[in-house]
Amino acid sequence: MTSPSFSVVPAPAAKPNALVEYLLRLGDDRLVLGHRLSEWCGHGPIIEEDIALSNVALDLLGQATILLHLAGEVEGQGRDEDALAYFRDAVDFRNCLLVELPKGDFAYTMVRQFLFDVHAVVLLDALSRSTNADVAAIAAKSLKEAKYHVRHSGEWMLKLGDGTPESHRRTQTALDELWRFTAELFVGDAIDRELATSGIVPDLDALKPAWETLVRDVLDRATLTTPNDLPRPASMRGGRTGAHTEFLGHMLAEMQIVARSHPGASW
Amino acid sequence: MVVRTLGAATRDEVLAILDTVMDPEVPVLSVRELGIIRDVLVDDRGGITVVVTPTYSGCPAIQMIERDILDALDRAGHANARVRTTYAPAWTTDWIAPEAKAKLKAYGIAPPGQSSASGELVQLLRARPSVQCPYCDSYETEIRSEFGSTACKSVCWCRSCLQPFEEFKAI
Repeated sequence: MTSPSFSVVPAPAAKPNALVEYLLRLGDDRLVLGHRLSEWCGHGPIIEEDIALSNVALDLLGQATILLHLAGEVEGQGRDEDALAYFRDAVDFRNCLLVELPKGDFAYTMVRQFLFDVHAVVLLDALSRSTNADVAAIAAKSLKEAKYHVRHSGEWMLKLGDGTPESHRRTQTALDELWRFTAELFVGDAIDRELATSGIVPDLDALKPAWETLVRDVLDRATLTTPNDLPRPASMRGGRTGAHTEFLGHMLAEMQIVARSHPGASW
Repeated sequence: MVVRTLGAATRDEVLAILDTVMDPEVPVLSVRELGIIRDVLVDDRGGITVVVTPTYSGCPAIQMIERDILDALDRAGHANARVRTTYAPAWTTDWIAPEAKAKLKAYGIAPPGQSSASGELVQLLRARPSVQCPYCDSYETEIRSEFGSTACKSVCWCRSCLQPFEEFKAI
């Protein structure tokens, strides 16, 4: 801050812009998951998979860039996508908890990816009919990418679930662990309701059955057991309001260190 | 010697310049052939706006492409140009013309087929014709991975000539 402010009357606390909040949620989901996937780069079980995970990471980071750019524009405070990605702390991130969990083993990464990809396809399909033209355009573009992401992660569910006893065991274990983080994807709050009223976003309640049908269909064919939904107190959520697990902070420290050590650097 | 164009460029002149700007990752195709140039606008004062749409959201070449476009226009004497990005309608490989697909094949990349207009949201197993090998024209091929050296390509294997090859994914 270099110029002193002489305004006497403090500006009224701005009502959080629902669209900005929503774009941060969408963008942060993709930014954080993209980073988690990029952690596989050089560590994939086979080279094709190493390349595949990096490719999906790149798509997600690309989507995040576009979404956060738009969030910054709508917000109108001069923050661009880099400012939002690198100069916010964990409490200001709006991603769901599912995407921030450590990458685990390959089965864990793939189960998480599958659960997320199906959600992405169902949500983006609905958002491509948004009354907001920018949101509709970004969703329609991202949907094309999400469709082959889910083909990839879905095929892995079949291979791992219906594979060896060891691959089945690990995949089922990951599924049992991750399932309680999926409820958060469908819990609507005031932001969702405000935007749904004007047709910018779909009704979250309507998405859940479509997601569950698609997920169950693949898990059944993969000989995996779909876990039961847990009662609300046991389901894990909080990401949308900044209450994250301890894992996000560690991840952000690594993701943000270069940008914060050399602010404004370009290469 | 740089010949400065006097007066405003016409839209056609700009399009002709864009024909010389090649995609950095698939250098046999110009940015126009790739279908990412959506429009060219020339305003009253001669300002040029090139409207571009990215192939994939995360395509790392897009910034380089923008720079290449502005450099090419600058070299032709049009310094007063800018690039604007648009996302709708979303890019599809159906915008790559047959002649450009032939160039891809000659370069050793299997060209994209018709993009799937399937309404199905989740299509697990790909019900689609097998990809033709760009080297020996055989259809005895398999997809090894849907993800290749760039976002737009998948990795295939030809059982006839025992060659790995890349396919430009239809999206």
